[in-house]
Amino acid sequence: MGAYMIRRFLLMILTLFGMSVLIFVMLRVVPGNIVDILFDSAGMVNPEDKKRLEAELGLDKPIVQQYMTWITSMLKGDLGYSYVSEKPALDEILPRIPVTAKLAALALFFSVLFGVPLGVISAVRQNTSLDYFLRVVSLSGLSLPSFWLGLLILMAFVQYTGWIPIYSDAQRGFWQELWLLSIPAAAVGFRASALIMRLTRSSMLEVLRQDYIRTARAKGATRQAVNYDHALRNAVLPVVTIIGIEAAFLIGGLVVTETVFNIPGVARFLVEAIRWRDYPIVQNLVMLIAVITVVVNFIVDMAYVVLDPRIKYEG
Amino acid sequence: MKVVWYATAALGLAVGIGDVGTAFAQKPGGTLRIYHRDTPASASIHEEATVSTQLPFMAVFNNLVVYDQQAKQNNMSTIVPDLATSWAWDDSKTKLTFKLNQGVKWHDGKPFTSEDVKCTFEMLQGKGKQRLRKNPRAIWFRNLKEVTTNGPLEATFVLEKPQAAFLALLASGYTPIYACHVNPADMRTKPVGTGPFKFVEFKGNEVIRLAKNPDYFKKGKPYVDAIEMRIIDNRSTRILAFQAGEFDMTFSQDITIPLLKDMVKQAPKAICETKPQYVSRNLIVNREAAPFDNAEVRKAMALAIDRKAFIDILTEGKGDIGGAMLPLPEGAFGMPPEELQKMTGYGGDVAANRAQGRKIMEGLGYSASKPLKVKISTRNIAIYRDPAVILIDQLKQIHMEGELEVVDTPLWHAKVARKDYQVGMNLTGVAVDDPDANLVENYSCKSERNYTNYCNPEVEKLIDQQSTITDPAERKKVVWKIEQVLNDDLARPIIYHDRAATCWWPHVKGFVGHENSIYNNWRLEDVWLDK
Repeated sequence: MGAYMIRRFLLMILTLFGMSVLIFVMLRVVPGNIVDILFDSAGMVNPEDKKRLEAELGLDKPIVQQYMTWITSMLKGDLGYSYVSEKPALDEILPRIPVTAKLAALALFFSVLFGVPLGVISAVRQNTSLDYFLRVVSLSGLSLPSFWLGLLILMAFVQYTGWIPIYSDAQRGFWQELWLLSIPAAAVGFRASALIMRLTRSSMLEVLRQDYIRTARAKGATRQAVNYDHALRNAVLPVVTIIGIEAAFLIGGLVVTETVFNIPGVARFLVEAIRWRDYPIVQNLVMLIAVITVVVNFIVDMAYVVLDPRIKYEG
Repeated sequence: MKVVWYATAALGLAVGIGDVGTAFAQKPGGTLRIYHRDTPASASIHEEATVSTQLPFMAVFNNLVVYDQQAKQNNMSTIVPDLATSWAWDDSKTKLTFKLNQGVKWHDGKPFTSEDVKCTFEMLQGKGKQRLRKNPRAIWFRNLKEVTTNGPLEATFVLEKPQAAFLALLASGYTPIYACHVNPADMRTKPVGTGPFKFVEFKGNEVIRLAKNPDYFKKGKPYVDAIEMRIIDNRSTRILAFQAGEFDMTFSQDITIPLLKDMVKQAPKAICETKPQYVSRNLIVNREAAPFDNAEVRKAMALAIDRKAFIDILTEGKGDIGGAMLPLPEGAFGMPPEELQKMTGYGGDVAANRAQGRKIMEGLGYSASKPLKVKISTRNIAIYRDPAVILIDQLKQIHMEGELEVVDTPLWHAKVARKDYQVGMNLTGVAVDDPDANLVENYSCKSERNYTNYCNPEVEKLIDQQSTITDPAERKKVVWKIEQVLNDDLARPIIYHDRAATCWWPHVKGFVGHENSIYNNWRLEDVWLDK
């Protein structure tokens, strides 16, 4: 197990290195850079001024040199300066992480809270009216675009309460903050819970047909014990994988929700930074998301061992 | 010019008296909440060319003179003193001297002097010690030789040749006076001005906050304690937020004509004013390469354009047909209908124009079965793409087969600059309704914003000529002549001028939307909240 973990850790480093190269190259393959955009926004095209600014920002240097500067600075904890705000990239990124983390955690909580039990209920009540109803709900969750659902929620609030649940940086208590974030989290969680519900259902249905479930029933185990102790524990493995993928996605993939609910989180900031070709922000943010994804995957792999004792990682 | 000067001074006095008379009604206090549509590139007005920067930061600064914030139209007679107390031209009309207000302080406590005026304009001319990262309006001051000072309270602008409209450029919200002791990089992130509001914070994607300047040199102003502009990218969200009462005011002209109907329905008590944006949809034509190096082909294209169809489809009939200058009734230099009708493609019956266009094309060997293939390039943004699609449809009428080429925004100006296009659908916004801004920026030979590098010595001469004329009626005649030449040359054929609305709740008082510019009325020192 120890050897496996070391090998896995080294593989993580290699993956992150590959990611860093990919991010760096892809950003520069995209047409235009910050200087093009700055000059475009001012509606002017003076080649001399553009060259001067490119030199100021170090964009005239060879790409390998630019990459080495970024990596060595990053390893020293220096993420550089945002081209747009001219503030340290770290100061721009750090305050946004807790906002997105809270939203993502809440959305994940909602999705697991509703997705797993409803998936189990749908499976054990297969082909009943409750199952059909839950299947319609889950299909709706997968089919409704997040932006549309988000806007419907906002419109409903404005129409019926005269209040709009959008984010602001005003001081709030814990419960007010929780309430405000719960609404976008529910919008995001609806889709994720639908996915988890469907996966739990199909996984449960597969397990419920296994011989050992029949044996458990034959031995007189209660219905609850069969469903939750025997079946769910075995059915939950693919669900855990999906939860892990969703967790990583929620850090960088909440663009639409953050935009509709005006939440100043990581995803919206990332899209804005890409629009401006703000390389220091994009590179470091994508790397952060890559690290989170890799770490979450690692945690999910480790969770398999806990959930299924048959799984052993040999050195 | 003396006539204009006296008229302006008298108007300034009248505005001042008016202020005293109504001062009792204004309630001080409160926070004015305006939503912002996007994160501005920076806070430095001199380095940007968008209302996204202009709107939130104009209130941080002062100009020497400014367009009267309470008058609806910007013109020479609505220019009032700001940091200056008075101004006077010398007999040669090349020296403009400003007397400055005494006791004005920058927000950091340092005194404002004539040296700040001098170094602001030296910076704009690229002569100063401080250098701007971008300088999009350098061309405005092409006629400025130098700024001299006579003590801390007097500054003189020395011009190369007489330019009556020079004052109009100084009155724009785009011409604030910067502090000599603050470097341009700081102006981009935490600007220091003399204006009614001090900069507090600018958080990208979140909020811009300003606070009342208690030491403002205009005693008793501003009225509100603070201004908060939360940035909301999504238009649906921000409009819903306004309707829910989260904001006192929308962003400038954020409500398009189709959206206005919904606004009126959902927020019937809101005051919404629909005005021109002074943003024209226009065509840029590459006259240096085939087929548009042929004047006949250009003429045929001009004859194919049905401007009314564009307006009906895209603005539900609310747009305006005009030349480069803003059309009447709001535009100060708009052409009367009888003048407009004289221009190719503007007058007569569209079907007859197109028949004439077809005849030209047939004469050049093209037909319905053998059309001229043309690439219509434009930015990949709906407000650019939509008119481009309509244009393609209209060009079919004269045997031109258009193909839409959408270009990623960062590449647009570079592509245009290297002349890698045939016809481009373009948008042009103008800050000051004066030919010295609009025509100089967009059609003079040396302007960086003259993307097509259009350069006609006749136009250049006429632009210089109108600039020296003080009589408004005489000046208009020359301006209309320029419009005629620009249209004949197909320099940048104007399709139409757009309109949109700004809305606010009735408790917002003292705000007057300017009708011929969206860039000059955001000082906000007269705004107060009746709640």
